[in-house]
Amino acid sequence: MSILINNDTRVIVQGITGSEGLFHSKQMIDYGTNIVAGVTPGKGGNIVFDSIPVYNTVEEAKTKHDATASIIFVPPRFAAGAIIESIESGIELIVCISEGIPIRDMVRVKHLLENSSSRLIGPNCPGIITVDECKLGIMPGFICKKGNIGVISKSGTLTYEAIDQLVKNGLGQTTAMGIGGDPIIGTDMISALKLFEDDPATEGIVMIGEIGGQMENEAARWAKENITKPIVGFIAGQTAPPGRRMGHAGAIISGGDETAEAKNKILGDCGITVAKSVAEIGNKMKESLTLNV
Amino acid sequence: MKIHEYQGKQILGSYDIPIQDGVVVETKENIESAIDEVATKFKCSEFIVKAQIHAGGRGKGGGVKYCADKTSAVDAANKILGMNLVTPQTGESGQKVRKIYITKAFDIAHEYYVAITLDRSKNQDVIMVSTEGGMDIEKVAEETPEKIIKVWVDPLAGLKVKQVAKLAEGLGFKDSLLEQASDVFYKLYKCYIEKDATLLEINPLVKTKDNNIFALDLKFNFDGNAMFRHADINEMEDPFEVDDTELEASKYNLNYIKLDGNVGCMVNGAGLAMATMDIIKLSGGDPANFLDVGGAASVETVTNGFKIILKDPNVKAILINIFGGIVRCDRVAKGVIQAVKGLNLDVPVVVRLEGTNSTEAKDILNNSDVEIIPATTMQDAADKVVDAALN
Repeated sequence: MSILINNDTRVIVQGITGSEGLFHSKQMIDYGTNIVAGVTPGKGGNIVFDSIPVYNTVEEAKTKHDATASIIFVPPRFAAGAIIESIESGIELIVCISEGIPIRDMVRVKHLLENSSSRLIGPNCPGIITVDECKLGIMPGFICKKGNIGVISKSGTLTYEAIDQLVKNGLGQTTAMGIGGDPIIGTDMISALKLFEDDPATEGIVMIGEIGGQMENEAARWAKENITKPIVGFIAGQTAPPGRRMGHAGAIISGGDETAEAKNKILGDCGITVAKSVAEIGNKMKESLTLNV
Repeated sequence: MKIHEYQGKQILGSYDIPIQDGVVVETKENIESAIDEVATKFKCSEFIVKAQIHAGGRGKGGGVKYCADKTSAVDAANKILGMNLVTPQTGESGQKVRKIYITKAFDIAHEYYVAITLDRSKNQDVIMVSTEGGMDIEKVAEETPEKIIKVWVDPLAGLKVKQVAKLAEGLGFKDSLLEQASDVFYKLYKCYIEKDATLLEINPLVKTKDNNIFALDLKFNFDGNAMFRHADINEMEDPFEVDDTELEASKYNLNYIKLDGNVGCMVNGAGLAMATMDIIKLSGGDPANFLDVGGAASVETVTNGFKIILKDPNVKAILINIFGGIVRCDRVAKGVIQAVKGLNLDVPVVVRLEGTNSTEAKDILNNSDVEIIPATTMQDAADKVVDAALN
């Protein structure tokens, strides 16, 4: 079992003919992802990788290939439009990798999402991977090992670090998901936690957050009442100076309980095992699993 | 992205929002003529001289002065222009005042607070107003939250009449003031949306004794990701307000922020970079910077990263922490060696490469003829670099 994606997921790639889109499509196919079509406006009729047809619209690609998911690699100024196109075509799962989408565009996307049947992961994220089945993202698939831990993270490479530590501690993953670090994202920590809680194969959850925003705090309070599985939490940015932007638009400290220290306290109070240092994520998860048995 | 007060007022002015207008002065020779210009243009004999720097708390640092006549205005302007202004937000080193803004002084009856920003937990913009303007609004929010009136704007429906009424009536406005304030709120929201702002704060918005409303001071921040559609605002960026090294790093497409410690670090990815800074601190060291070289660390990005880090004379040791995914570690290792050779580094460099081909990378580093301290785990890397910085 896993969450959101598996062997049956039929994927279209929006922006498949761009350099990023081509490169990562190849990586995803090599991992075993079932890419059924690509979409690039104006490039309809082309074929990539010998067999994957390119269409002008998501609607056309979805109808002809019965696609269930899409992944977006288009420049940030067009990315919101690409997401909206997928929402309007009824794609169930949309993963947006693009970084640097204007907040105003995402406010609009978020409200369209709320009245639709689609789920968005990202933007500005590494995507999602169900180990040995399907990769919808840019993460290195080979670092993962099939197992029983679900990973939720705001960050890219920090997610890889956590996965690597889990593997070195003899633990594998069901699904790992980068939810993105922007102020407005499609799938937040609470809904990711819920998916893992409902997945019988997942026995423990790693949740990686950052300074800024309230999402980790809200997730922790919610988890206290709703999650039965052990959670290990880590918050990056203990040393970040207040008010500065550290790469992720969301990582801005604007209130008292948005610091790493405050979040760690809230996580701890809600029963989450807090890794104070990034180096502890793997072994804290291992310990928590043992304790939970 | 931030702009100066006078630039923000220019934008508000273009929306017909009443502002406390003035004249910008950059050289001392122009001070007197500027004050004369303000006196004639705005028909006044009292002035406010305001330092134009991005940091807040200008008044507390002596960067804003009320002047009852021309002589004292000339005096204040001469003092403020060119001064090193230290405010609670500039840090100890302060910020040099390169521009001042001389405005008309108003007879103020009351000061209000108005702000528009994104409420991340609701994914909607929120408009907040308070009768307690001009003071520490965070304290007001904490101690007397009922004195802050909020409305959330549905992005598809826009700002509604009854919401505007709630704001204006909440501030106690009636009759012509109610009309004026409502008009200002509509225009502020329109301006905020159209300019892709992330924060538009008017503090204070004032009611004058002759019952008019004006924006006296403001903070206007913009979404850097949306500046491609706002060339006019992009041009307003003041390079003097940006740290030189940070500016140079942005030219290399590197994300760099200078800190006060002595352990330089170079990492791929913002989250991992923050986690690396944190573990350096936890291990007894002090990070000198945040530096994210992006997902794909190449010879070029690593070389540029070194150049940026070494501009800081405090740096005693450097930690490179790269999680190689799509980029193979053996390639990164070769890049690091090439960069170290090319730059003749004289500070110790600890390198931790994890991910694809990390074993090969370790061999390459061990067998190279440049001095590099290889590390395995993040803890190992942090211990080694802190140790190197201390010795």
